[in-house]
Amino acid sequence: MIRSEVLRDIAPILRDQLVICNIGLPSQELHMIDDQPTNFYMLGTMGLSSSIGLGVALAQSKKVISIDGDGSVLTNFGTLPTIANNVADNFILLIIDNGSYGSTGDQPTYAGKKTSLTAVAKACGCENVVECKAEDTGKVLQAALDSNKMTIIVCKCESGNIKLPVITKDPVVIRDRFMTAVQS
Amino acid sequence: MSINTKIVDDFVANGVDFVTTVPCKQLAGVIDEIEAREEIYHIPANKEDEGMGLCAGAFMGGKRPAIIMQNTAIGVTVNTLVTLTQFYRMPLPMLISYRGELKEPVACQVEMAVHTKALLNQLLIPTYHFHHKSDADELDAILKYTFMCNKPVAILTDATFWGGYGE
Ligand SMILES: [Mg+2]
Repeated sequence: MIRSEVLRDIAPILRDQLVICNIGLPSQELHMIDDQPTNFYMLGTMGLSSSIGLGVALAQSKKVISIDGDGSVLTNFGTLPTIANNVADNFILLIIDNGSYGSTGDQPTYAGKKTSLTAVAKACGCENVVECKAEDTGKVLQAALDSNKMTIIVCKCESGNIKLPVITKDPVVIRDRFMTAVQS
Repeated sequence: MSINTKIVDDFVANGVDFVTTVPCKQLAGVIDEIEAREEIYHIPANKEDEGMGLCAGAFMGGKRPAIIMQNTAIGVTVNTLVTLTQFYRMPLPMLISYRGELKEPVACQVEMAVHTKALLNQLLIPTYHFHHKSDADELDAILKYTFMCNKPVAILTDATFWGGYGE
């Protein structure tokens, strides 16, 4: 399975949750598959999906899922100790690890080589870290939601992209409808 | 009242309840004061762009965020300020130690100080410079202005404002 197939698979679970979605293709894919006001699409700023999601989770009580990538976590490694030391049990970090920088042409990342993001997250002090096969992501994500425990999921999937349009929604519109959804 | 207490009192009076910090020697007292206040969730960040991500999320979750950092961070955070804080139109008071100004003992700090105001100006970030103790009287108004206009706003605080480096 490639990332867009994983997102299609878990879209019914994401639908009812607050979702922070990573820059580039992940946001474009989720936007095309199931656009929701509860989705916050990152149009820039690679690496900060987990930081934004943790901020939302610490600020209010609804559950928040940050969809991140292996390349993006590598670019903001400092996020994992911050997450580990500021536990928000309404927060799930879903790292879709395809071992490549998908949005820029599938250049390999170190996560696809010797570096295990699962081991790094554990070493940083994250307590509930689950690595799963792409096919099991829905099951693992639902279990994490049901556990009411902050969870880091590392979903190992294949690299590969589908053709799709960029998001043309105005950023302030994306932000405003997301904030309205948070408050509703 | 100490200047650290006054600054954090103004934060609290303006509803600031989520503060991320990356330390600087000059900001140690104000960071201690932030940590001590029950009204404020203090979340140390490992890098300033990470901190700005946390602040963006906290704002969308209903909090009033602020970041405390050194001016060297302006070099680190240009992309985040532009593509997150400004692009999505979010408020962010930035209390910044303005290293590399008068009384600075470390030459390398001057290298970033000479670019600080030029960068902030280029980014169209409203910028206030606290040099004398009394300049902090405007902090309350600056915070109100920041949350009125939904922009990042810089408050540069130099060594003279903090009373030197304890030499
Ligand atoms: Mg990837």
